[in-house]
Amino acid sequence: MEDSLLKIAGAIMVGMGAIGGAIGVGVAASKYLEGIARQPELQGYLLGQFFIMMALVDALPIISLAFGLIQLFG
Amino acid sequence: MAEKELNSDDFIKHHLQNLTFGQCSDGKWRFADGHINIGTDQKAHQETKEYTCNPKEMGFNAIHIDTMAMSLLLGGLFCFLFWSVARKASVTNPSKLQNAVEYAFDFVRTGVSDIFVPKGNKIIGPLALTTIAWVLLMNLMDLLPVDLIPWIANGFQSSTEYGWVHYFKVLPVADINAPAGMALGVAILIHYYSIKEKGVGGFLSELTLQPLGKWAIPFNMIVEIPGFYAKQAALALRLYGNLFAGEMIFILIACLYIYSGELFQAGILSQSIMWGIVGILLQILWAVFHILIIALQAYVFMILTVVFLNQAHETHH
Repeated sequence: MEDSLLKIAGAIMVGMGAIGGAIGVGVAASKYLEGIARQPELQGYLLGQFFIMMALVDALPIISLAFGLIQLFG
Repeated sequence: MAEKELNSDDFIKHHLQNLTFGQCSDGKWRFADGHINIGTDQKAHQETKEYTCNPKEMGFNAIHIDTMAMSLLLGGLFCFLFWSVARKASVTNPSKLQNAVEYAFDFVRTGVSDIFVPKGNKIIGPLALTTIAWVLLMNLMDLLPVDLIPWIANGFQSSTEYGWVHYFKVLPVADINAPAGMALGVAILIHYYSIKEKGVGGFLSELTLQPLGKWAIPFNMIVEIPGFYAKQAALALRLYGNLFAGEMIFILIACLYIYSGELFQAGILSQSIMWGIVGILLQILWAVFHILIIALQAYVFMILTVVFLNQAHETHH
């Protein structure tokens, strides 16, 4: 019983982390596309900034993913 | 005890275990065996034991030898590489390695000077260069196949047979200790520079008098202090989580080869080859995506280190 509760906990952690990460990166990407539409010459610079912001936004979902994988497999 | 079959659960647990050196239950210091022994020598090994060497019971003083060895090796490699280029550096006839090193150096310098406002700090440049180069080199170890280094360390036999190295995780960043150690160093520097530039009173007033005024000190403390420490902890956990998840997916895809091996032994050759090819394709795809993550996480670690040290130096008014 405990084992299956751990697996359900791992699944919840991975799933909710995925929801949060997808919404956050989606918002950032939409702002990036808007920025390109306004000023197409800044596309390279904004791409670099977008990747930095994506790494920051993705941090907490990936932390919960790592802990969820530990629950599922270890 | 009969020979234990190789099933995927044990395979995953075997690959998630570090090479721990600590105190066993009889007080002597040995390498840990754990109880995840998958190997044909299992019966002979377990009969002679009158102690247990479980890595989970070794306490705080246990050392993860593979983490320490890989991180020191890669740090030494980076230092030696840059030192040997700097020793023979020439302005008129640069070698290709010198060009690459100069490019990395310029990259770090422009990145740091964009963000770090106070001039005259001698430690920030080397710190940023060390951070990004060391983290990038340690992350690159993730692209090696999961079983390659244990296979070599065991004398070119399978890592599930008993060589003298039972466990070896090549990726030091997938152990929480290595990123936590680096973030601890950065945290010590943040505290040191905060107190040195602003004084103890200034540092405390930044924590307690913002965002509301001085009549809401408990509320300010509840908002500011966890934020301050969560930023530093997230620095470690972000790197750890990304690389641990990446390595976990590599191990999970490698479990396909177990299934392929079972099919091969059962005689269904075509399906076994098909699952082997699927495994190869998946590993390649994930490795290509992972290269982006590796470089990005090293860059973000450096940028955040510089940003936090900049915040430690500046005052708000």
